[in-house]
Formats: sequence, structure tokens, C-alpha cells
Amino acid sequence: MPELTTTPAGVNDFVVKFANVNGTGSASANSLIMKSIFRMGVPVVGKNFFPSNIQGLPTWYEIRVTGEGWIARSGQVDLMVAMNAETYARDIAEVSPGGYLLYDSSWPRPALLSRDDVTVIGVPLAQLCSENFEGARARILMKNIMYAGVLAALLGLDPEVMRSLLGESFARKPALVDANMKAIGLGYDYAIEHFDCPLPLRVEKLDRTRGHFMMDGNTAAALGCLYAGATVGAWYPITPSTSLMDAFRTFCARNRVDPETGRHDYLIIQAEDELAAIGAVIGASWNGARAFTPTSGPGISLMNEFIGLAYYAEVPAVLFDVQRVGPSTGMPTRTQQCDLISCAYASHGDTRHVLLFPADPEECFYMAVQAFDLAERLQTPVFVLLDLDIGMNDWMVPDLEWDDAYQPDRGKLLTADMLEKIDKFQRYVDVDGDGIPWRTIPGVGEKGAYFTRGSGHNQFGNYTEDSAEYKELVDRLLRKFRTAAGMVPEPVVIRRAGARGAIVSIGSCDGAVREALALLNRQGVPLDYMRVRGFPFGEQVEAFLAEHETIFVVEQNRDAQLRSLLTLETAVDKRKLHSILHYSGFPVSSDFVVHGVNEAFAKGEAA
Amino acid sequence: MIKPRIENPRLPRNELGRSRRAYEGGMSTLCAGCGHDSITAAIVQACFELSLPPQSLAKLSGIGCSSKTTAYFVSGAHGFNAVHGRMPAIAAGASAANRQLKYLGVSGDGDSLSIGLGQMGHAIRRNVDMLYILENNGVYGLTKGQFSASADIGSKSKRGEANTHPPIDPVLLSLALGATFVARSFSGDKEQLVPLIKAGLSHQGFALIDVLSPCVTFNDHEGSTKSYAYVRGHQQVPVAADYVEARKEITVSYAEGESVSVEMHDGSRLLLRKLDRDYDPTDRARALAYVQERAARNEHVTGLIYVGEGRRNFHERHQTPEEPLNALPYSRLCPGAGRLAEIVAGYR
Repeated sequence: MPELTTTPAGVNDFVVKFANVNGTGSASANSLIMKSIFRMGVPVVGKNFFPSNIQGLPTWYEIRVTGEGWIARSGQVDLMVAMNAETYARDIAEVSPGGYLLYDSSWPRPALLSRDDVTVIGVPLAQLCSENFEGARARILMKNIMYAGVLAALLGLDPEVMRSLLGESFARKPALVDANMKAIGLGYDYAIEHFDCPLPLRVEKLDRTRGHFMMDGNTAAALGCLYAGATVGAWYPITPSTSLMDAFRTFCARNRVDPETGRHDYLIIQAEDELAAIGAVIGASWNGARAFTPTSGPGISLMNEFIGLAYYAEVPAVLFDVQRVGPSTGMPTRTQQCDLISCAYASHGDTRHVLLFPADPEECFYMAVQAFDLAERLQTPVFVLLDLDIGMNDWMVPDLEWDDAYQPDRGKLLTADMLEKIDKFQRYVDVDGDGIPWRTIPGVGEKGAYFTRGSGHNQFGNYTEDSAEYKELVDRLLRKFRTAAGMVPEPVVIRRAGARGAIVSIGSCDGAVREALALLNRQGVPLDYMRVRGFPFGEQVEAFLAEHETIFVVEQNRDAQLRSLLTLETAVDKRKLHSILHYSGFPVSSDFVVHGVNEAFAKGEAA
Repeated sequence: MIKPRIENPRLPRNELGRSRRAYEGGMSTLCAGCGHDSITAAIVQACFELSLPPQSLAKLSGIGCSSKTTAYFVSGAHGFNAVHGRMPAIAAGASAANRQLKYLGVSGDGDSLSIGLGQMGHAIRRNVDMLYILENNGVYGLTKGQFSASADIGSKSKRGEANTHPPIDPVLLSLALGATFVARSFSGDKEQLVPLIKAGLSHQGFALIDVLSPCVTFNDHEGSTKSYAYVRGHQQVPVAADYVEARKEITVSYAEGESVSVEMHDGSRLLLRKLDRDYDPTDRARALAYVQERAARNEHVTGLIYVGEGRRNFHERHQTPEEPLNALPYSRLCPGAGRLAEIVAGYR
């Protein structure tokens, strides 16, 4: 929880939004600006709002500079860098009163001067590029880097930090460093000459990013898979999960290839579809490897049949669902938390699954490792539910820690030696009373052989159509699910003296909710907070719900899926649960949560 | 159903000292006379003759009558009866985890040629190291006699309707997709089938054996092109294959130009006796043309149709180590705390 400190308005506390055309290299410029601020010791929040397209459509990038270290969107835009003439109208409309708009004045746009509460800054970027660079493509790319130079002057960014970042990016092409620095210099000099730099909105060096780094959740989850000892990954490319497997491949190439023999201690299957991807994961896990698949909602829909098989036949599997806006194809590059129900109950028949809900890339790393342990201990599919916001945006992450004493928890796995010592192996007998049977992996020996099937089977693994045998097995699966409630991560609970109620939330809502809680507290509305981190819900979730009479459930979907899960899977009285729902496809902001709570109190919906 | 496990001490033993009984499984619940049971018997015989340690085999299947049969042989091997048409994905994943087991997939014409066509095609494309036996009877048995995608045009159902859609021939399909071992056989011809199964299990890469396996209940009548009588009367065998294990001498001799010996990856050999002098089972294009021509004459080409040792298999393409991935020590997989600090530092 960042401490609330007071800073002069605008200094280290503002939002810059970039309106670009996708496919023009703007991502590099925006990331250069964000990284520069981060390296100046000032916390940042970066959000990418991009289209499902390769080139030519509008795309936005938002950087919140927050000396206080908040981790969500604020809901404001203080400086709009308007580089896409097609979206000028909506871009200027979005600027907060007293804010600024920077645009390419090579072609003057009087329409941009329509608001008298916004200061418009024109820099003839295209013209400067034409005068200084050759070739159409170079001119487009340099135009974007040039606005980074303008911003360096306007916001007080350190050009030396920029130079060293460029040097790292183009380590193999040093000539590009000079070209980029030339563009930055042109923009910088133009701004210094024509405007009163820096603006009241500006960056001043702090020391609040030490011990942190910038990473997206997909990369962090992939790193978790590497450290968990996963050897088999199977996937079908789908936005926004693709970069998870890309990162895993990169980490493996650097850490799992024998430099002498070229041997790969991993195998990645790019499957023909999601059905095959989860099938390969189940085949590999059944055969004793740690295996996983990254996907998104449409992939989960396709995987349903196999998920039911893994549940019923008790095969471990790890799935990362990087949620995007549904239903159907939906909006593939927008974020939502809309697969809670479809994952919790995936597949036909009575099925219930273990879910983990990371809130940020840090938790993606640790929960990825935990997911493999849980999948093997519980012998069942485990879902890690990220969303596009966590998965694809760069977050400021505290340094990850690793305990070299860690060993993978393979759960109740009988080795050849252990099999020798027992009289008879029976696959689905509940020897220990916790609902979790012992398993063997193929090749261990004839004594350990059994038949895995998704058809009715009894506790010995034999086919059955006998009612009593069927019920015995599925009732044990239910006991196992109850055991799981004590194994998944506990909720994070924060209490405030004199709380008038509580907020319950999940995943990437965390940052917005924490900031909202602080703002509400200042407004005299103290609230307790619980963020659920695992399903099935454990005793702590039940107790927290029982203890509060007014509970706001903040989540990012239309149908209040978390609220539904809470009402279905705990004893809570659903009349106590008031939904605050955000489902626009953009990450939820603290403003939105504050407004939702205040409105509910004002209307008397919540007491 | 459990079979009695008492063995006659005089039963023949293989090199492991095991009798044929060691390769049997549970009692079949298929209809009496089902072709699939004969294939099961041929698998048992082949595994016995190969002296395969039962635990070195993994049995995989999808859904359907054929897919049930993995429970009826080698009960000392792990088995996985997956979901309909998805056995190839299980096979790819299982093979990825442990390249040292032998994978025997059993599927049917519904499982492979309709719902699972894509997965079978991609297992071929990946050249997953497995023997894939497709028990082909032209009908859906468990749902009582609908035509499958392998039913020939004009072939009649039990109720007398003629099939109007052309068949998908798994042999032509796998040849076209680049399968490295393609054979067809008949459940009623154990002499032909057993050596093919042995060769298929020794082959490195994807081996398909399409076995015509009449359905006695729904597709063994007059007018069916997949009945016992029809298949017996319409077989065309260009090549007779015999399988010779690595350690054994070749004792039969054939006249010059009549036989070909193909060395398998594990040192065993396939002795191929040409019954049709012009046929060359190492020529994919000719094999395709031959099967198509005979199909146009309503004949089923059986025997070894194509073999091409040497194409890189799934694991060779992925450069995995010789040891199974599922047996690599964790210390080799986890880069450790020091490396994590370096990785993190790269993201500042």
C-alpha cells in the first residue's frame, strides 16, 4: 500500500495518453518514455489500448506518472499526444480541464483549438522529419521518436536516460541509436526554443522504483512455468495469451538449451487448435511431465470436453486463461474478467475446477509455480485467470524472489520403489481420506499399470455402469474439491477502523480498488477489503462475507460473475452483495470504483 | 470383466520368458465375431513375438467400438481411453513427455475420419512416433449403423439404403500428408497383420495401419463393401511383408527383383516380397496412384503400401534429449535464484 504523500500538483502526478496509428512504431517511442520515467525513480502505470489489427487503425497508450505509487488508471488524461488525425475529435474531448494537447502542426488544425480550457502545443513533426531524414518508412518511425524528444523537454525527462535505453534496445545496431537520438534531439530543441519548458506537469527524480522492474503478466507467468520445471507447453495462438508462450520459448532458449549438444530440455507444441493443445497437455501430464497451455476465453470454450476428461479421470493440467472481452470473438484486444463462471464449471456434467486469480505480474509468477504444484497434488486441471490488462501491459513489479530449496510437489505419485512395497495398486481408492488417490505414470512397471478413461469407472479404474460405484467416485471428487479449498491461496484482507462496509474484488481490479479505498477513506467512507485469490473459496472468504452487512463486489464483467460464484459457493445472503461492474473493455479506474460506492450509498441501495 | 490369470506352464515363452498370456487384457465386450477382436489378438501376438516389456507400451484410444479394445490387450501397460477423435493429441503430449515408450493408438473410422480427421492429419504432419491402427468398418456401431466417412459410394446399409457420399480413404490421406509408414490389412488375415504390427511398432515416426474390420452386427451383409465376404474377394496385395527382428538371420530367399529389404531404425528389417513386380513400396507417388487405380475398380489394396524410413520424427525436430523429459532432474530445469535476479535486472 503506497503511502499518501503530498506533491505539488502536476509534479510526478499526471497522465499522458498517446493517440497513434498502429503499425507505425509508436509502441517503441511510448515504451521509451515510460521506461525513462521509471529509471528516473518515479513509479509509472502503462496501459496499451490497441486494435485487433496489424496496421492502420487507431491505437492508444496511456502512461500514468504516479509518485505515490498507485497501480491503476486514475481515469484522467492530463496530456494528450494526438498523433492520429482521424481521432482528434475524441482525443481532445478526453483531456481533463487545464490539460494539454500535443499535435503535429505540419498541417495546422484549427478544430483542435475548440476547447479554451486545454493548452494546445503544435510541433511540426512531419516537416522536421522530411527536412532531416530520408525515406518514407524512416520518416514515419522517426516522427514517433521525435515526439519522445518533445516530451523530454516538456516533461523534464533525462535525455541521458533515454540514450542509454536506446543503446540497450539497439545493442546490435548502434547506428540506430544515433539516428534515434538525432530525432529526439530535434524534438527536444524545438520544444525548448518554442515553449516554456518544462510544463507544470513534469517528472522530478525520485527513488521509488528501486527494487522493482517492468514486466507484463504473460512474461511473468512464463517465467513461473520455467521455474516450476514445466517441460511441455502446447498452445494455439490467440490474443491476448500468445506472448505467454513466446516468452516461455525465449526463456527456454536461453536457459534450457545445452550449449554443446544443442539439446532442448523442453518441447513446445504449436497445436492445430485449442482442442489439440489441451489434449497434448493432458497426454504429457498423464505421462508425468509438467505441462501447460496458455489461452483465452474462446480457447476455454473449445477445450471444455477435454477439461471434463481431466477432471473425471484425474489428470493434472495447468491452463492460463488470459481473459479478453466476450462473448464469441468479442473484442480480442480489450480486457475483461468474463470467464470466471466458464472456467469454474467448465465441461458438461458435474464439474468444478480449481482457479487462481493473480492481481498483477508478480502474482502471475508465484501462482504459475503454485498452479503446477496444485495440479499435481490435486490431480486435476488448475486454471490461472489473468486478463489482458495483467497479461499484456507492463507493470511495475517488485523484484521476484526464488528459494533454491524449492522442489516441485509431485503429490501422491507412486514410484517404482514405492510400488514394490505395496500389495496392490488401485488407482482411485481414497487411501488417505482427503479425496486424493495415488497415481502412477506410464513406464513405472506392470504393477502400476491402470486404465485411464472418461467413461464411468470405479475406484479400481475399471469400467462401470453401476450406480453405487459411480456415486462413490463422484462423491470422492467432491471431497477432493473441498480439500482444494484449503490449498488455494488465501484471500488478501485489509481492514480499516470504523468500516461502513467492505469491498470484495478480484484480479486486476486490485489497483483501482486499493486507490479507491484510500480516496473513500479521505471522504469519510472507510471500507474493509477482501481480494479473493483462489477457488474453491475457503473459510476465510466465508468468514469475511459473514462479518459484513454491506459488501460491494467490484469486477470487470456485465453479469456479476464473481458475485454469482460467491452466492453459489458460500453461505452469503446475496442481498448483501452490491455489484460495481466495469465491462467497457478498458481497465477499471479508481474513479469508477469511488463513484460506484458513493452512488450506491446515495441512492440508499447500500446502507 | 476379469480373466483368470492361471497359466499353462507348457505355453511357449518369448525372450523375456513371458507367455502370450502376459500380453492379454480384459475380456472383450464387443459382439461375437467382431473384426476388432481379431485385431486385438494380432496385437497380442505381435507384442509377444517382439518380446516387448509390457510397461514399455502405452495404449491410447479415442471413443467408439475400436477404441474400447485398448482395454483388451497388454494389461501390464498403461492405457488411456480419451475423448472422441482426440487420441492423436494425447499421443503427441505423451510422446513429448517420454520418447522412450512405444505408443500404440487404436482408433476407428468414425473417430479418425470424421470428428478426429484434423488431429490424425496433424499427428502425421508432426511425425509423432507411434503406431496408429485404424479399425475400419464403414459404420458407427455404438449408435446402431449410420454410415461412416469411410463407407464406399453405393455400399448398402443393413436397411438397404445406398451410401451417396464418396469415402475418405485413410491410406490415400496419410500418403498425401507424408506419413512414413502406410499399410492396410484385413482383420481376417492374421498372417498379414501380425508382421505389419511388428514393423509398425519398430518404425520411427508415424505408422498407419488401416485394418478393414467388418462389423458383424451392422455391416456384414450383401451389398456392403466392408463385409468379410467382400473384403476376402476384393483384396489386391502388391507386396507381402515379413518382419525380421534385429538379431535374427534372414532365412527365406527370393528370386532377384522380387524382394526388397528395408532396414528399420532399430536394426530390424522388413522383407518385402513383391507380388506385383512393378510395385515399389518406397515410391510414395506410385503408391498413391496404385491405391487410387485399384479403388476405382472397387478393390482394397492391402499389405505394406509405403515405407520411408529416415524422415525426422517429432523429437528429432524438437531436438529433445535422449532421456525422457519427464525424467530430467529438476536441477537441470530450474535456472535458480541467481539467474532469476539476472533475468529481472534485464527488465529495469
